[in-house]
Amino acid sequence: MIEHTAADLLATLRKGDGSAESLTGAFLDAIRQRDTRVRAFLHVDEAAALEKAHDIDARRKRGEPLGALAGIPVAVKDVLCTAGQRTTCGSKVLQSFVPPYDAHVISRLRRADAVLIGKTNMDEFAMGSSTENSAYQITRNPWELACTPGGSSGGSAAAVAACETPLALGSDTGGSIRQPASLCGVVGLKPTYGRVSRFGLVAFASSLDQVGPLTHDVRDAALLLEVIAGHDARDSTSVDRPVPKYTRTLDDPVQPLTIGVPREYFGAGLDGEVEQAVRAALKVYEKAGTKLLDVSLPYSQYAVATYYVVATAEASSNLARYDGVHYGHRAAKHDDLIDLYCRSRGEGFGAEVKRRIMLGTYVLSSGYKDAYYVKSLQVRRLIKDDFDRAFAQCDVIAGPVSPTAAFRLGDRSDDPLAMYLSDIYTISANLSGIAGISIPCGFTKGGLPIGLQLQAPPFEEEKLLRVARMHERATDWHTRRPKL
Amino acid sequence: MSLTVDDTRWVAHLARLQLADAELATMTRQLGAILDYVTQLQQARTDNVEPLAHPLPIHNVFRDDSPAPSLSVDAALANAPQRRDNFFAVPAVLD
Repeated sequence: MIEHTAADLLATLRKGDGSAESLTGAFLDAIRQRDTRVRAFLHVDEAAALEKAHDIDARRKRGEPLGALAGIPVAVKDVLCTAGQRTTCGSKVLQSFVPPYDAHVISRLRRADAVLIGKTNMDEFAMGSSTENSAYQITRNPWELACTPGGSSGGSAAAVAACETPLALGSDTGGSIRQPASLCGVVGLKPTYGRVSRFGLVAFASSLDQVGPLTHDVRDAALLLEVIAGHDARDSTSVDRPVPKYTRTLDDPVQPLTIGVPREYFGAGLDGEVEQAVRAALKVYEKAGTKLLDVSLPYSQYAVATYYVVATAEASSNLARYDGVHYGHRAAKHDDLIDLYCRSRGEGFGAEVKRRIMLGTYVLSSGYKDAYYVKSLQVRRLIKDDFDRAFAQCDVIAGPVSPTAAFRLGDRSDDPLAMYLSDIYTISANLSGIAGISIPCGFTKGGLPIGLQLQAPPFEEEKLLRVARMHERATDWHTRRPKL
Repeated sequence: MSLTVDDTRWVAHLARLQLADAELATMTRQLGAILDYVTQLQQARTDNVEPLAHPLPIHNVFRDDSPAPSLSVDAALANAPQRRDNFFAVPAVLD
């Protein structure tokens, strides 16, 4: 049962087979048995999950109307505020932080009668590509426990891949949903900037952050996006436009369809096995009558450099709030107020977060702002213009998600730049605000999953999901589950 | 470009971040490497290119200026590292 998709589990529950309580119990069992090895979860609230499931069963029995995810467990990256439940962001700074309110997407999940099963591990403040920057634990790739699940939403991706939950939420600032989805063989969707409210999402880089689903297949991603998308007055960048019924049109193929294939995504640095699997996926589309078009994104060569200026500048400003005054870690010893700030932050933050705060502070500092920050914003526009030009010729853009399959834990943790380069194909979508999805498209000879990335213009999630679904219906990669 | 330990110490001061001496040395080396990489941005021609701070053409949004429920004092102070009466307590700012 735990290997099923959420859509299948919902159909089962609606038929009256089994109960939400037994379903939740089965996933809690899976967590108990598997998570000692995978270590995807930071907190699991068994009693609250079972109580919620029990309540849904009772309401179903009474014939009351139920929400779109009634009785389905959802795991949540620990970057999203949950009222009354610890939200740590993978950081020592927030070790004992209990938010007084729910993130918008959490309210949406509750309203949809989802069962919130637990909070998942992540790189501290979502900064990282391997989940190794968590202050609490190392999460392992369910397909190969010696490898990383990717990051920063590594806990959510691993939890879905390990069948410890059918659905999970992550956040994506430079690829943090798509890259772990690719490395764990699940589906991960980064919606258009503004499609999903960021209210209650602990901020990393506010012009790039977006919440999205991690699921077994594209149908479940559509289902979960439908629940979390939509306008929220509490996020001034949340866009007020109707949310299409993604699940209703999902199975309609896009015809005619032109897929742009950027030549820059197949250059040096791309692993041979990854390239082979991605090219095979493109063949699947070609066989279905899709036109493949060579396109160019010339400024993508600057994407990583641009990102590490823009994202760290925004982060250095956002993370100024952790000063040991209102909430979070406060140093026990201090001389005066400034010393209190410096010591609290020095003690609380991990190495990668410190590095990014330092880099962001440097590029914004007097004398360097124009050379770094303003320059990066100019290149950011050129990167966005690349996409506008490409999308004038094609419906979606396809390529790899990450240059390699999952790498071994510890392999890149001493080389920040090598780690940054693992986001080379995903970062541009955040800089440009467009939508992107990672779907399973094969495995390496060593048995590690490989993902295909599809990207679509702003607010074209409906088309993006339909195109992704075309590949899914012609292949069975999304039905594979790791042996645990 | 090369970053000195003094540069790093100054940036740490601006960032209100206490770093141990060993951290300062490592940070100087790593930041230097990242800045060297980032310097490639200078090769991009950006004459007359308007900076893009935000991917969407968004505008400031005002909410109605009407009272609405807000957190109670106790809820707002629940996570305070140190509280005194209805305030967040900090070391004296003025003598």
